[in-house]
Amino acid sequence: MLDIIIIGGGVVGTAIARELSRYRLKIALLEKEIEVAFGVSKSNSGIIHPGTQNKSGSLKGKLCVEGNTLIRKIASELGIDFQEVGQLIVAFNDEEVIRLKEIKVEGEKLGIKNMSIVDSAWLQENEPNLSKEVISALFIPSAGIISPYRMAYDLSENAAKNGVQIYTDNKVEKINVLEKRFEVITNKNKYQSRYVVNCAGLFADEISKMVGINDFVISPRKGQEFLLDKKRENITNHLIFPLPSKTSKGTLVIKTSDGNPMIGPTAEEIEDKHDLATDDNGLNEVLNSVKRLVPSINERDIIAYFAGLRPTSGSDFIIRHEDKVPGFVNVAGIQSPGLTAAPAIAVMVSDILKNNGLNLNKKLFFRRFRKKTVHLFKTDNAQMRKIIKKDSGYGDIVCRCEMVSKREIEEAIERGAKTLDGVKFRTRAQAGRCHGGFCTTRILKILSEKLNIPFVELTKRGGKSKIVVKERT
Amino acid sequence: MIERDLVIVGGGPAGMAAAVSAHENGVKDILLLERDQFLGGILNQCIHTGFGLNYFKEILTGPEFADRFIKKIDDIKDIEVSLKSFVIKLNNNLEITYLKPGEMNEVKAKAVIMATGCRERTREMAHIAGTRPSGIFSAGLAQKLINVEGLLAGNEVVVVGSGDIGLIMARRMTLEGAKVKAVIEIQKQSKGLVRNIVQCLDDFGIPLYLSHKISRIYGQDRVNKVDVVKVDDKYNEIPGTKFEISCDTVLISAGLIPENELIEMAGVEIDRKTNTPVATDKNKTSIEGLFVCGNAFQIYDLVDSVARDSILAGKMAAEYLKDKK
Ligand SMILES: Cc1cc2nc3c(=O)[nH]c(=O)nc-3n(C[C@H](O)[C@H](O)[C@H](O)COP(=O)(O)OP(=O)(O)OC[C@H]3O[C@@H](n4cnc5c(N)ncnc54)[C@H](O)[C@@H]3O)c2cc1C
Ligand SMILES: Cc1cc2nc3c(=O)[nH]c(=O)nc-3n(C[C@H](O)[C@H](O)[C@H](O)COP(=O)(O)OP(=O)(O)OC[C@H]3O[C@@H](n4cnc5c(N)ncnc54)[C@H](O)[C@@H]3O)c2cc1C
Repeated sequence: MLDIIIIGGGVVGTAIARELSRYRLKIALLEKEIEVAFGVSKSNSGIIHPGTQNKSGSLKGKLCVEGNTLIRKIASELGIDFQEVGQLIVAFNDEEVIRLKEIKVEGEKLGIKNMSIVDSAWLQENEPNLSKEVISALFIPSAGIISPYRMAYDLSENAAKNGVQIYTDNKVEKINVLEKRFEVITNKNKYQSRYVVNCAGLFADEISKMVGINDFVISPRKGQEFLLDKKRENITNHLIFPLPSKTSKGTLVIKTSDGNPMIGPTAEEIEDKHDLATDDNGLNEVLNSVKRLVPSINERDIIAYFAGLRPTSGSDFIIRHEDKVPGFVNVAGIQSPGLTAAPAIAVMVSDILKNNGLNLNKKLFFRRFRKKTVHLFKTDNAQMRKIIKKDSGYGDIVCRCEMVSKREIEEAIERGAKTLDGVKFRTRAQAGRCHGGFCTTRILKILSEKLNIPFVELTKRGGKSKIVVKERT
Repeated sequence: MIERDLVIVGGGPAGMAAAVSAHENGVKDILLLERDQFLGGILNQCIHTGFGLNYFKEILTGPEFADRFIKKIDDIKDIEVSLKSFVIKLNNNLEITYLKPGEMNEVKAKAVIMATGCRERTREMAHIAGTRPSGIFSAGLAQKLINVEGLLAGNEVVVVGSGDIGLIMARRMTLEGAKVKAVIEIQKQSKGLVRNIVQCLDDFGIPLYLSHKISRIYGQDRVNKVDVVKVDDKYNEIPGTKFEISCDTVLISAGLIPENELIEMAGVEIDRKTNTPVATDKNKTSIEGLFVCGNAFQIYDLVDSVARDSILAGKMAAEYLKDKK
């Protein structure tokens, strides 16, 4: 029997798995998709928020500020790139400047440090492409960026190294509450454990219902985002935020960890939890808003779109032990800033489990570190020369737009990629301006060879998402 | 850093024609860098006929056309061909960095010809709304899958765009047993050759919808249908004209974009609309000694014209090198 079953392999589930893997516990993580990080955690803005614009006293605000600190340690232990690029919330008139000052005061209450109000001369110097109509901004240095999917992959890889069993392609369909234990039934198997942690993202309400707790529902709030060509990497030096409206932080100019600037997201209340469509309304809305911030943003630089759904339930996170079902912990409604908060959520969940009878005994050998993944596009020339000499596969470029080598793709597969999307998120191959037009065939070959799967069985992202229908013999 | 007289980037028809011509015009030291494991560029996947009519006065397939140039290059000792050589950087001093399995190299050139070809416009650039399931391919990718790897991209196909690549792929997929349900063209007329419309669509009974566009793609895992709608002169949807086509595959053939990111990084002025160098003359750029030819300079319909203008580029580079001495 297991000690803990974690349901959901997003950034929250994998962060919890890694945190709990410090202790002498038997843990399994169940994920319905073919790979981890294929849910909300793959389609977001990748911002490590400093914590402003959350109510003081809210769970979101507290965990966001804590997460912003914790993530630095995790990033350095696991070799994840975290860049503290800083954030500017901009003001176009005196009235807005007053609001900036209010945000600063609120933020200080939450414990956010080193914020300052900067003037147009500072902006001219440090953010030259910003609209000349911006008169002032709140500068928050602790805001950063990270690759959200790579964070989840690396957390899950490290958790697995420390003994957590990761079962993908395992959809939880039923939970039987038995005497002092749970029986969790998936489409593949049955598992028993003393504790269950539900972090199933958009579907956390459905999992919770399985044990009879149905006092919350998860509503999806769609965000459409648009990626720009990497050649515009330096269009801004900071994350650029307008003043927030009531429902969202507004449409942003985002720097991403991969180098491509991104604009978005929208905030649309929808019903269908599978609706990841993008449309012209979203594009036009985003373009109009961001051009006000950075006028030189050009529609022609857009190379990719996507949409993500924030799993919302009211205005705050729901993280609690369900006393009516002892041993069951809900981690639900993890909307933005869930990525930032994930490491703090993990610590909180570990405390909740401890307070509800779980013994947390530290392992003698916890493998804290993980070898950093090589990304050529992030490597300087001297280093590149060295690694190519050592392993010639790094000099064999497969994806020309994003400069991804054969060896990087093989490594991604060795680390768990099973699909075209899995390779894409891990390496960026196919994510550039040609969208895989040139490299898809080669990646299919490498996948087929390494996994020993015929071409017709390979998928874009599992399930029925097959890529080719017939192989000529 | 090693110095070379002329470095040519890209071993498609443009790069090869330029190399041969530069040699004929007196350049004795030529390095031709090609990323792929073969010369020939995009021609390697174009197994249909219709190449070389003007240039060789013969009807050839793409690979046959390429072979003629490859043979010439093989015979010229002064042209060093380096395959699997991917250029990652060029600067305004004409210093080039390229990767090869096992090595990273830098060369300084007296003159450079960029013949990096083009890429296809994507679904995103064509602004097609909807989901992002499996089953959406650029026409060129589907062409490469079937012609080079023997892999069929789908069973029920809708093609977006009626340029020659779109038309030829409609026929190709049909011949391989797929059902091509429609070719959708937003313009009032097809840009494809008349003979291609006849031979690729009419002969197979494939409907061509002019002044129509796909307004949405549906499907979770794999494409399952598209919405098609008629558009007016300004490409706006005409209400009440929408209909559905069920399909598992959408091929996008919505135009080509010259690949000029390397020269843009080197500081060459680029026309944002066409992604081509802003130039006073054919094959020239705003950096002296840096030439661009083939589909990287402008999108050509026929490879014969690519060859013609790339021969000119080779000559221009040779003259430039002579003047420099
Ligand atoms: C557009 C957008 C932008 C955002 N920007 C930011 C940002 O910049 N910064 C920030 O901090 N946050 C941001 N967020 C929020 C952040 O993305 C989420 O809070 C976070 O990813 C939630 O992670 P999760 O693990 O809870 O959810 P998920 O990643 O969805 O993980 C849940 C997992 O559970 C699995 N699952 C569901 N049902 C079952 C079942 N029955 N059996 C087994 N497995 C199941 C799912 O497949 C999924 O993998 C943004 C969100 C969106 C949508
Ligand atoms: C999918 C597709 C189908 C086509 N079908 C037809 C057709 O049927 N008939 C027709 O007449 N025309 C067709 N064309 C047009 C065709 O591109 C031209 O006729 C001709 O092949 C262009 O020659 P080129 O040498 O300029 O480009 P390409 O043939 O594309 O050659 C460019 C070469 O440069 C190399 N290269 C690029 N970047 C680098 C780098 N950084 N480092 C090293 N090497 C690099 C590439 O690998 C490639 O080999 C098609 C084009 C495409 C994209």
